[in-house]
Amino acid sequence: MTVPVLSVRNLEVEFLTRRSALRAINGVSFDIAKGEVLGVVGESGAGKSVTGLAVIGLIDPPGRISGGEIYLSGTRIDHLPPEEIRRIRGKRIGMIFQDPLTSLNPLYRIGDQIVETIRTHMNLSETAARKRAIDLLAEVGIPAPDKRIDAYPHEFSGGMRQRVVIALAICAEPELIIADEPTTALDVSVQAQIISLIKRLGRDHGTAVMLVTHDMGVIAETSDRVAVMYSGRIAEIGPVQDVVQNPLHPYAKGLMGAIPTLAGEDKRLVQIPGSMPRLSAIPPGCSFNPRCAFAFDRCRVDRPEPLKHGSHAVACHLFDTAPHEAAKETVA
Amino acid sequence: MLAFTLRRAIQAIGVMIAVGVIAFSMFRFAGDPVNQIVSLDTPAAEREAVRKSLGLDDPVPVQFARYFANAAQFKFGVSYQFRQPVANLLMERMPATLELAACATVLAMVFGILMGVYSALRRDTILTKFFQAVSLIGISLPTFLIGILLIYLFSVTLGWLPSFGRGDVVRIGWWTTGLLTLSGLKALIMPSITLGLFQMTLIMRLVRAEMLEVLRTDYIRFARARGLTTRAIHFGHALKNTLVPVITVAGLQFGSVIAFAIITETVFQWPGMGLLFVQAVQNVDIPIMAAYLLMVSLIFVTINLVVDILYTVVDPRLRSTIRRPA
Repeated sequence: MTVPVLSVRNLEVEFLTRRSALRAINGVSFDIAKGEVLGVVGESGAGKSVTGLAVIGLIDPPGRISGGEIYLSGTRIDHLPPEEIRRIRGKRIGMIFQDPLTSLNPLYRIGDQIVETIRTHMNLSETAARKRAIDLLAEVGIPAPDKRIDAYPHEFSGGMRQRVVIALAICAEPELIIADEPTTALDVSVQAQIISLIKRLGRDHGTAVMLVTHDMGVIAETSDRVAVMYSGRIAEIGPVQDVVQNPLHPYAKGLMGAIPTLAGEDKRLVQIPGSMPRLSAIPPGCSFNPRCAFAFDRCRVDRPEPLKHGSHAVACHLFDTAPHEAAKETVA
Repeated sequence: MLAFTLRRAIQAIGVMIAVGVIAFSMFRFAGDPVNQIVSLDTPAAEREAVRKSLGLDDPVPVQFARYFANAAQFKFGVSYQFRQPVANLLMERMPATLELAACATVLAMVFGILMGVYSALRRDTILTKFFQAVSLIGISLPTFLIGILLIYLFSVTLGWLPSFGRGDVVRIGWWTTGLLTLSGLKALIMPSITLGLFQMTLIMRLVRAEMLEVLRTDYIRFARARGLTTRAIHFGHALKNTLVPVITVAGLQFGSVIAFAIITETVFQWPGMGLLFVQAVQNVDIPIMAAYLLMVSLIFVTINLVVDILYTVVDPRLRSTIRRPA
């Protein structure tokens, strides 16, 4: 088996406050293989974006990675000195943020921003970098790239700007792209274009993609596998069809049930009662237990670890077929 | 772009006309200037002759029209106390004021921006706390007090710098400059600091606040995610965005530096327009006061115009909105 492009092991991220350390990510593990798209879903505050930022080393103080390991193609990257992680950012890991309207510096031509990024990471002359920038703009589907390269960000529409942002993210041929809600700020019609663009780029270049979103539709369309996050942990992870059509974890079930379909119109959408606990008040045991219809005594004391169940791995005592403490083997 | 500039220029002329009305009305309301010129025992007939020779017996609108037509040609009448054309007096003293104001502004800009950027990037260092303290002093201490303290320290106690005047000046055409002689430069140091300190602290605080704001934006975060070097992010991306509002403030401050030079010039007996103005106020020399008012507003209006145009050079977004007015 080849080494996965990204391998995260027991990642923990803490935010230090005056009183205590709040744990935003608590023991997250997953792998992404070459050319694979991993969708990461969950409610706001589940820790999706923080996971992405942790991978690329952009957790700002007072936050910090307090435990676990991150490997990029087998090399550990989570505790590199700032200058070395900077060299990896943009070169080996590209990042796409949510809002294309604010991701580009308004005072610089887009070409200058792309050329600057290319020349930071690749040993190219100004002319060669500019030529590459035009090629990249063509690749992400900007019409007349040789003219548009000299335009300013405000001269583009939202969807076009997101294409420019993607061009910036892939300009040094990264092994991994982290897309943090890349379509949330866009029109529905443009969303589909951007999604298929990311998918195509991942396929053409063999790039691994970590797609953070709360849009199940986007996940179903793009991802190979999906990880459902809840309050800083992975509740369930598995191939996208299996998780979407046959979710096991009660939270994942609720999440999938909350998606409106054109078919069963007369059915009420399933609601998950309550809301996600605050980081300062995560209940003991399974953090989902206060909202879970199936919770039993053990859920209130014992924290479930993700265990392999068919093609999925699920962190729920309902699926813990082995007796207590016997099978503590974590599967990512 | 041309239409924009023209529109702004027309607005500027409107402002100048309004100021002209105010300047002219000073002649009407600040007492009878004839009393200032003649002595107490001048006979009434002679007073009338003076009044007539100055055109003060004409109807008000006529006087205003005449004043305005002359002012537009930089003829501001004759000073009551010096018996010389005001324009000449102002021209003679303008280089001193402009040199002082320019030095103070350059000083304020250079140190203000450096200190502002430093204190935004290194938020918790001792040097930042020191800059913050200095800026508090600069904002809260009145200008004259700073001038006097500097004189006490560097002239009286240490004897390093001259306490008053401009030193030796070199004449280039009608312009006199103190920048080319050692004594001129030495004389320039303390007045420039005194005049520039307030602006410097203002710019420093503005740059710091703006820079902190810019560093939080998405495009800076994205620039970091692109793996750009810290230097490129701070000085390429963040600084340029920071400077957009700084340009406006610094430009407008240049105007007030010239206007506030009055105090500094008085403290250091600097032979500029401000000192001339203070003497004019003491002697109710209204032509000088009115002309000074007009000059200062002209400078303000001009700077405003330049700043507006400069803005569009820095920020491309404004260029397109100006090209296609909504």
